[in-house]
Amino acid sequence: MERKIRVLLAKPGLDGHDRGIKVIASAFRDAGFEVIYTGLRQTPEMIAEAAIQEDVDAIGMSVLSGAHMTLFPVVLNLLREKKAEHILLFGGGIIPEEDIEKLEKMGVGKLFTPGAITSEAIEYLKEEIPKRRKEEKLF
Amino acid sequence: MTLFERFQKKDPVALSKFITYVENQSKDYEKFLSRIYPMTGKAYRIGMTGPPGSGKSTLTDKLAQKLSSQDRTVGIIAVDPTSPFTGGALLGDRIRMQALSSVKDVFIRSMASRGSKGGLAKTTKEVILVLDAFGKDYIIIETVGVGQVDLDVVDNCDTTLVVFTPESGDAIQAMKAGLMEIADIFVVNKADREGASNLIYELDSFLDLKRKKDNSFGKCWEYPVISVQATHNIGIDLLWKKIEEHKKFIQDNGIFEKKRKAQIKSEIKKLIENRIKEITEEKVKESFDIENIVEEVLAGKDDPYSASERFLREAKLI
Ligand SMILES: Nc1nc2c(ncn2[C@@H]2O[C@H](COP(=O)(O)OP(=O)(O)OP(=O)(O)O)[C@@H](O)[C@H]2O)c(=O)[nH]1
Ligand SMILES: [Mg+2]
Repeated sequence: MERKIRVLLAKPGLDGHDRGIKVIASAFRDAGFEVIYTGLRQTPEMIAEAAIQEDVDAIGMSVLSGAHMTLFPVVLNLLREKKAEHILLFGGGIIPEEDIEKLEKMGVGKLFTPGAITSEAIEYLKEEIPKRRKEEKLF
Repeated sequence: MTLFERFQKKDPVALSKFITYVENQSKDYEKFLSRIYPMTGKAYRIGMTGPPGSGKSTLTDKLAQKLSSQDRTVGIIAVDPTSPFTGGALLGDRIRMQALSSVKDVFIRSMASRGSKGGLAKTTKEVILVLDAFGKDYIIIETVGVGQVDLDVVDNCDTTLVVFTPESGDAIQAMKAGLMEIADIFVVNKADREGASNLIYELDSFLDLKRKKDNSFGKCWEYPVISVQATHNIGIDLLWKKIEEHKKFIQDNGIFEKKRKAQIKSEIKKLIENRIKEITEEKVKESFDIENIVEEVLAGKDDPYSASERFLREAKLI
């Protein structure tokens, strides 16, 4: 059976709109992904934990609050601590070019800025995720 | 360390990966299941079904918190539908279970139904085993919640709760959907809303009959109707008490054992059936020129009945 792409969508922080992320969630579903949406006001700890339990291929994080330089690295570190660095962390938000560069250097995946269309993210995941999956020794 | 060793050391990353492995029925997943099988059988399974939006996830969240506060470990499987058009799914049950992410020893897994129609996914049963083997004391299974067809849950759970709400319409609808037959405990959620007491009355009067009927077999489960307000954490203690009573009831009366036996039996049968199906499909592909036979049938030179019979004989399947 073809393995489904599983993505967790999260919106950390206190800003209270989830319309945008819901639109993305629907687009991902329509692309054949299994999308886990966990709701608003997620802490980095909650996001990393949920991603592990759901064994997602990727976490898509939407950060509009300006706190991207803390939130992305914190989640990345939590994933590493929990031995789940195989999970791709990507995202979107109002993020200046130079910050994007810094974050990508740290190991964050692609970051989409408001002009981007969801199909770009879908293409990106379809290409990136199979590359990152690896066979593991089970027994 | 291998993934299996990590699983045995209770590493949640390993648990999660094995669930995926089983869910996808990846190569040799049966070997993994047969390996963990001796570690299973300890978990108690609670099924949570009912119409969409009735509060199943919210209630699951509250029950899990209660269990966790009593130092019991909990596994949750929340099933949501896969879109038949795109194969994708939006799994949103975790939204109502946010408080659990900081609670120790609770593991939540969302599953897409992936074309399965009985309210659970095709491999939910196996995922239950994985959580059981991992050492979860209680496993709560939330079904898709489309009412009419969520009947798989009974076969896989020890206690089944059906969640109603005042606005889920009349109890008559529920009866038609077969929900009355599968519930061990009836939950009227959103009791803060108008119509709750009416619904409770309706359910109770229907259940009077059922309660009496069962009495005549010497089994007297009371089929309780419990009024709760999941969002306000009201009624959860009583609900929990009833679940424990039901657990004791089925254990004391040999029902638990009977259920497990039936599960094992149907599991073995299913595995055999699946394997036979696979073997047959392989054979059909290999040695049966079905396109050609279709032409023959259309041309009036053959018919589906003799053709299939001939195939089975030639393939030595009968
Ligand atoms: N007023 C009121 N609302 C409630 C109560 N319990 C749950 N809700 C609300 O009902 C809505 C649906 O709750 P869920 O727990 O998601 O219901 P569900 O049955 O899991 O829904 P699906 O999984 O989509 O079928 C949410 O907005 C809850 O906040 C309650 O006791 N009273
Ligand atoms: Mg739900």
